[in-house]
Amino acid sequence: MSESRRIWQDTILPWTTCVAMLAAIFMVFVLVPSERDQGVVQRIFYFHVNLAWMAFGGFAVVAAMSVWFLRTGNRRADRLAHANAEVGMLFTTLVLVTGPIWARPIWGVWWTWDPRLTMTIVLWSIYAAYLMLRRLGGEDDTIVRYAAVLGIVGALNIPLLVLAVRLWRGIHPAVMLSNDPDAGLKDPLMGWTLLASGIALALLFTWLVSLRARLLAVDESVAALHLEGVRT
Amino acid sequence: MWTIVRKDLSIELRTGEMASSMFLLALLLVLLFAFTLEPERLIAPEFLAGLSWATLLVAGTLALNRSFVLEREAGGLTGLALAPIDRGSIFLGKAIGNFLLLLVAGVVLFPLIAILLGTRGLAPGWLLPATMVLGVAGIASIGTLCAAIASRTRAREVLLPILMFPLLAPLLIAATRTTAAALVGENPSEVQSWLLMLLGFDIVFTTAGWLSFDFILEE
Repeated sequence: MSESRRIWQDTILPWTTCVAMLAAIFMVFVLVPSERDQGVVQRIFYFHVNLAWMAFGGFAVVAAMSVWFLRTGNRRADRLAHANAEVGMLFTTLVLVTGPIWARPIWGVWWTWDPRLTMTIVLWSIYAAYLMLRRLGGEDDTIVRYAAVLGIVGALNIPLLVLAVRLWRGIHPAVMLSNDPDAGLKDPLMGWTLLASGIALALLFTWLVSLRARLLAVDESVAALHLEGVRT
Repeated sequence: MWTIVRKDLSIELRTGEMASSMFLLALLLVLLFAFTLEPERLIAPEFLAGLSWATLLVAGTLALNRSFVLEREAGGLTGLALAPIDRGSIFLGKAIGNFLLLLVAGVVLFPLIAILLGTRGLAPGWLLPATMVLGVAGIASIGTLCAAIASRTRAREVLLPILMFPLLAPLLIAATRTTAAALVGENPSEVQSWLLMLLGFDIVFTTAGWLSFDFILEE
């Protein structure tokens, strides 16, 4: 790995993530006013929404990297797809944890079969299956290609899934993408807080992905060395 | 392509292995539902539709698993991959074979479930057959692709449903809605968007399987 990449990965990225995360936590818990009706529990929204965006962005990257890998056979693309699926999975899990914490006091239930909730849990299981395939398949070259196919098919599924669950009635609040004039963030500080936690989580996501991708690369070279040792 | 379909079907017709084990598993599932759901009460059409599709899916998993395991064991897939035909055609051949098998299973299962678990009688019309064809086509295309992928790994029996079920979620939602509508005799125009969605699902994933089989069979 080049020296500049190492500095970026080991110094710049972790420290900026750390600073951004502390700033975001400060803004979420101290600076920003509570929402009028929902009270303090609404503050979880700043993390919940951004986690979901990062996770879904990660899954889009999985599909893009899978296409790239199938076209060129570049192992780096494959590792990035793998790493993004893993971290995306982690973030989706956190979305599924933070959601019910908010839903219990506000909706009165931990879980309901609303479109977005349904979509999130199905996505979670699609990528769980993807990671399961990678784990059970091992380092075999064929499996790597199969995983790429699955990464693309999984992403193809998303628009249909969105359509299917949208035809059900939804109760999930659409804060950011709504035409309702009552919706949206009323206090400008709320917007800034959302942005700050978005930046912090985006940095965290990138950092985790780069760490995982590096580890996967090391894994591959260890496996290659092992194979060489067996041969000689 | 049709040769593959013919080959798979003739294996099945001669042995009847798959059909009998699928049928038995499906029947046992229906019994399980009957024991656990108190069948004395009339089961609502929505439930019936869901149970029917779930049963077909679980029983179908057996057939799908089998369709590639047989090939791998006998080295048939290598032979197929070496054959001077387009890889996509191999996918289509396999998928059509699975489609026909699952369709027969569905045609047997659905009335059986309706009779055993009780329904107010079937509303006549083309909606139920259309749903079944479209739904089974989607299961066959995704299932064939996933079975090909899973058959390569150590834990193939476990992996196939894990891969297949989440991908089939939109299809199952749509198929259950239309089936329920067909059971109560609703006007087909009420569920038009669901039918279109089933059709779209079939087109997208049959094309995806057809295109990606190049990468799947490359040994």
